[in-house]
Amino acid sequence: MNAEALLYCDTHEWVSVADEDGQQVATVGISAFAVEQLTDLVYMELPSVGATVTGGEEFGEVESVKAVSALYSPVSGTVLEVNEGLPDNLDILNSDPYSAGWIMKVKVEGDLPANLLDYAAYQRQCGESG
Amino acid sequence: MPFTYNTPAQQAEMLQAIGAGSIDELFQSIPAEMQLGRPLDIPPALGELELTSHMQELARQNTDVTQSTCFLGAGSYDHFVPAVIDTLASRGEFYTSYTPYQPEVSQGNLQVMFEYQTLICQLTGMDVSNASLYDGGSATVEAMLMACSITRRHTKVIVLESVHPEYRQIIETYFETIGTQVITISDPSQLPEELDEATAAVLVQSPNFFGNVEDLSTLADQVHDAGALLVCSVDPISLGVLQRPGDAGVDIVVAEGQSLGTPLLYGGPYLGIMACREKFVRRLPGRIAGQTVDQNGNRCWVLTLQTREQHIRREKATSNICTNQGLFALRAAIYLSVMGPSGMRDVANLCLQKAHYAQQQLTSLDRFEAVSDQPFFKEFVVRDKQGDVSGLLEKAEDFNILAGVPLGKWYPQYEDCLLIAVTEKRTRDEIDQLVEVLGS
Amino acid sequence: MRNTNATQLIFELSTQGRTGVRLPACDVPEQPIEQLLPSNLLQSDSPTLPEVTEPEVIRHFTNLSTLNMSVDAHYYPLGSCTMKYNPKRNERIAAWDGFAQLHPYQSEASIQGMLQLLFELQQMLGEISGLPAVSLQPAAGAHGELAALMVAAAYFKGRGESRTKVLAPDSAHGTNPASARMAGFDFVTIKSKEDGRVDLDHLREHLGSDTAVFMITNPSTLGLFDDQVQEISDMVHEQGGLIYLDGANMNAILGIARPGDFGADMMHFNPHKTFSGPHGGGGPGAGPICVTDSLGPYLPSPTVSFCEQSQSYFLDAGDGKSIGRVRSFFGNVGVLVRAYCYIRTHGPDGLRRVSETAVLNANYLLSQVKEFLDVPHGDRCMHEFVASAASVKEATGLKQPAMDIAKRLLDYGFHPPTVYFPLTVPEGMMMEPTETESKQTLDAFADVLKTIVNEPAETLEHAPHSTAIRRPDEVTAARQPIVKWTESTD
Repeated sequence: MNAEALLYCDTHEWVSVADEDGQQVATVGISAFAVEQLTDLVYMELPSVGATVTGGEEFGEVESVKAVSALYSPVSGTVLEVNEGLPDNLDILNSDPYSAGWIMKVKVEGDLPANLLDYAAYQRQCGESG
Repeated sequence: MPFTYNTPAQQAEMLQAIGAGSIDELFQSIPAEMQLGRPLDIPPALGELELTSHMQELARQNTDVTQSTCFLGAGSYDHFVPAVIDTLASRGEFYTSYTPYQPEVSQGNLQVMFEYQTLICQLTGMDVSNASLYDGGSATVEAMLMACSITRRHTKVIVLESVHPEYRQIIETYFETIGTQVITISDPSQLPEELDEATAAVLVQSPNFFGNVEDLSTLADQVHDAGALLVCSVDPISLGVLQRPGDAGVDIVVAEGQSLGTPLLYGGPYLGIMACREKFVRRLPGRIAGQTVDQNGNRCWVLTLQTREQHIRREKATSNICTNQGLFALRAAIYLSVMGPSGMRDVANLCLQKAHYAQQQLTSLDRFEAVSDQPFFKEFVVRDKQGDVSGLLEKAEDFNILAGVPLGKWYPQYEDCLLIAVTEKRTRDEIDQLVEVLGS
Repeated sequence: MRNTNATQLIFELSTQGRTGVRLPACDVPEQPIEQLLPSNLLQSDSPTLPEVTEPEVIRHFTNLSTLNMSVDAHYYPLGSCTMKYNPKRNERIAAWDGFAQLHPYQSEASIQGMLQLLFELQQMLGEISGLPAVSLQPAAGAHGELAALMVAAAYFKGRGESRTKVLAPDSAHGTNPASARMAGFDFVTIKSKEDGRVDLDHLREHLGSDTAVFMITNPSTLGLFDDQVQEISDMVHEQGGLIYLDGANMNAILGIARPGDFGADMMHFNPHKTFSGPHGGGGPGAGPICVTDSLGPYLPSPTVSFCEQSQSYFLDAGDGKSIGRVRSFFGNVGVLVRAYCYIRTHGPDGLRRVSETAVLNANYLLSQVKEFLDVPHGDRCMHEFVASAASVKEATGLKQPAMDIAKRLLDYGFHPPTVYFPLTVPEGMMMEPTETESKQTLDAFADVLKTIVNEPAETLEHAPHSTAIRRPDEVTAARQPIVKWTESTD
């Protein structure tokens, strides 16, 4: 996926929403900036398929050797699919965070939150905090 | 003072370097009204010689088990401790070091932790072990909390009444605070009634508090069918002969590790053993040592999976536990190493044989009867048909025999019963004397 | 001189058929195991434990021990851990049969000496803390924190109050928030000000009728005495909450100030730190807790009491308000015996001298270290202080200079300070010299540290250069954990 076409949370998750058979399906991952800041990822905890996630709330965790970071869902809905192979191959997040490094797909319920950032706005935020 | 070094001249030099006029000045940040302003009201200092005499006086007022014959058990056992354990564990390099924060200068401790973890897995048949917790009782409650976290069921756990009553009390204390219901059942046959989809875990002890061996495989199947976890507290010595809990399908194994090379110590410090199935490793509380390589490619050991722990995860940690019982994990590792497979089989068999001999001799007397026909390991319950347990214990003490633990305090239905433990240290003569004294 | 042969894993030293013990023959009539136990409850094969002889075991573990740094052999200024000298007299006494060979269920009449010791220890800890009700049961400092928070929960429940929050400053040990959660409370972090003291405005914002406990480490992990503590406790008490004092740093104030006198309602001691029980490579410790008289009935039971009538000591289960047990049997008695010996060795003047000397040593080391490293929280401290290696980062471009300096100290035979804690100081190095180090040792350490700070970045980055192993790969260890030996991990 093209990073510039995605929407972002201020907590560094990205989301891309597509229409699949009349369903709004969101694909969620974390940004290259986040991966770089976390350094040396060692573990990721995925949600289970069928679980309910809520926009702005935790859905999983990612760990480096001495830090844990929560993953926050950009959207509300039901988890349709998770990237099962990802926790065993976290290097993908370094090489391809926006495609092969996707984390989960969510059947979206309701509207997208209004506070999602576009690429330019997200880059500005990273510039400020980085 | 005995352990400080600096001479008055050095102190003056130090104060000058600091730029302070006196030591008192260094405490200026403590407002005067918060300072004590008087000497502590505690007894005056004792030199080493006087301390030694004073402590001898206190020790003399205790009757220790070397001056008597000990048939007391109930979670703390008079097993033989080989001399190598004290020799090695009293090396300052072990006991005056601390948690291996700097792996380069802690490879000794880290390798011991790694060996200990492996030995515990070998003994229990489990996949992974932590580097130890405080004691058997607190390890048990940690296992139950861990089961709640894994199953994400926080409303209910089930505990068998035959689990050590003090362990059950600890679980009550912890779970009362967080509002999880603890259901106690007197017999595994009641399990189907209570076990439901809200149940996080079932806790069983085998051999149980009364010494009886439980059928763990059958329990495991039942518990797993309900989506709950089976937590089992074991006697590590029994694993010289009994089925390993890992082979029986237990999910989390805990144990009091005192039997593995630690003296009685009036109850502590002891060793909390905890091991689980591989898939639960990231929920396991406590320190864990892991293998890796260093910059030069040499095999070495580090503390690993540290993100589980309180110093990183803070309020989201799996447990608040900070330390492990390093020195006692070391003792257990040495014990299991010197015993080896044949030593463990021998010690378990000796306990088993002697306990059965004692039980058979006692219950052949008119005064005593067994309360159960369940198989037992090194401990058993006898009922005094005359109902005078305290009289029996007093009489035995006159012969320097600690005859057993009375059960009435925890189990009103066993008011007239004694729990008797027989370890490999007890000789036939001692058992015969116990039988003679109790029967006379 | 290293014996790498003997420090292979014990499993790799195994030879089938060896053993380190010979147990006596069975002297009772032996029956086949299958007659005593049903076959489905027996194991099908022997445990796969290593098979080694006694001399092999001695050589293996003796060689392993030499790979550790320890207080007996090294200066060990690990901040917050109080790595003081462990008196050998205490080790000897605690190992006597009269203390070490007592069964926890012996009759009270047969252990009067032990009970007297524990009773007197309760009283002495009550006097040292200014909080007279004492439970010796918790097994470690973190365990004591948890027990005390449970006591607070029971106390509020007893009063019919619903209080859900525990507050602590951001500089607190990680055990504080973790314990709060385990005791069923929500946890709120309170900010510290630039000067390291609690931010009272931020505290005031979060303080309310739902506040159960404010946890404070005083002296703090920065080695500072927060003189606002009385004000803080007044604020918290006014809202009906309680003050918990994390006693990790009591080595600074023994006989000088008492938590009970500056507003604390509850606290724990770390006898393995303050009262020199050895650290044992990571434990055992103990975590006795001291509380006010009004909280006393809720303490874990049993405690030890004295019966005037029979003139004897007994295990006191209390009057039914106790939270119950947090540990089996009485507690970590072996550690408590050592603490008793330590306090009796020092007496009132001696304990005060311990703290005076610990504080003098820390201030002296600070005066030397500040010549070449920043100490952001001032020129004075209590028993420890936190230096920052941030300036080294600027000068050298090293990414983790505190870590690099720590590793380089190993080459000079010193154990490093605690690094990267508390989190509030960038590149923090927390140094706690303790009272049992001489001026010469402190001078030598400061000299080495100064040398290191001026060494080329490359020397630091690749340190340590002389240890048995260097910079283990922690990422791989965490990604693909190998936490036990199997034949294939050779």
